[in-house]
Amino acid sequence: MSSSIWNDATVSRRSVLQGIAAVAVIGFTGIRFGIAEALAAANDKYPEEAFKQKGEADTIKSLYGKTAEKSDKVKLDAPEIAENGAVVPISVSSSLPDVTSIAILVTENPNTLAAAYRILPGTAPAVSNRLKMAKTSNVIAVVEAGGKLYSATKEVKVTVGGCGG
Amino acid sequence: MASTIRVRATSSGDSTEVQALIQHPMDSGYVKDAKGQLIPPHFIQQVVIEHDGKPVFIADWGPAVSKDPYLKFAFKGGKKGDDLKVSWTDNKGASDTLTAKIQ
Repeated sequence: MSSSIWNDATVSRRSVLQGIAAVAVIGFTGIRFGIAEALAAANDKYPEEAFKQKGEADTIKSLYGKTAEKSDKVKLDAPEIAENGAVVPISVSSSLPDVTSIAILVTENPNTLAAAYRILPGTAPAVSNRLKMAKTSNVIAVVEAGGKLYSATKEVKVTVGGCGG
Repeated sequence: MASTIRVRATSSGDSTEVQALIQHPMDSGYVKDAKGQLIPPHFIQQVVIEHDGKPVFIADWGPAVSKDPYLKFAFKGGKKGDDLKVSWTDNKGASDTLTAKIQ
């Protein structure tokens, strides 16, 4: 709509008025639906605060606003011993239905949350990635399924830390 | 310049497996350089993967993700020849995007 105004060499009075009307409508709806849009956008937003937390409980609470219970339906694949803490292959999957999110926490890292994944409808509840580990630590996989949180924990021994120093 | 993103998406049956490799330093902010000065944090914060314009997977990353990050997941509904778009943004506002075809 607005592009025709900018492209037309001969800008008629009518198109200018239409343009003004369009801006007015956009401005109005912007204010009116601002709250709903902000809530929808929050779903896509990078969880800045959660990545700053230290400790398992605070991190999970900041990311999801609730607590997790242990479940054998959360599968965490991580090595027993990681020779190089800079590259630790970790995979998480789950047999739970309606998985919407998977998060991976490393409790002894300077920041506990390492990665959080949003599993959108149609996407399999499984992810593989590579993480840095400062030292030997518990790795916790948190899976959000049907609005509830489930977790699995595994200790990974690190011989050479990956956060330097 | 060559893209920082390498992606392989293979369809088998109903499922499409996606493997992505991104070139990025992923500096955590805790490592010192040769002069003993801290290298400031520089890491990818978000990766969005879209199939036919619709997001299927969103990764939120902290500095603990390894250098040159690797990612693997699978989704349903992709067909051979479909577009798969991978985009990332980092904490300094840099970004890159690559569209690949599902094989």
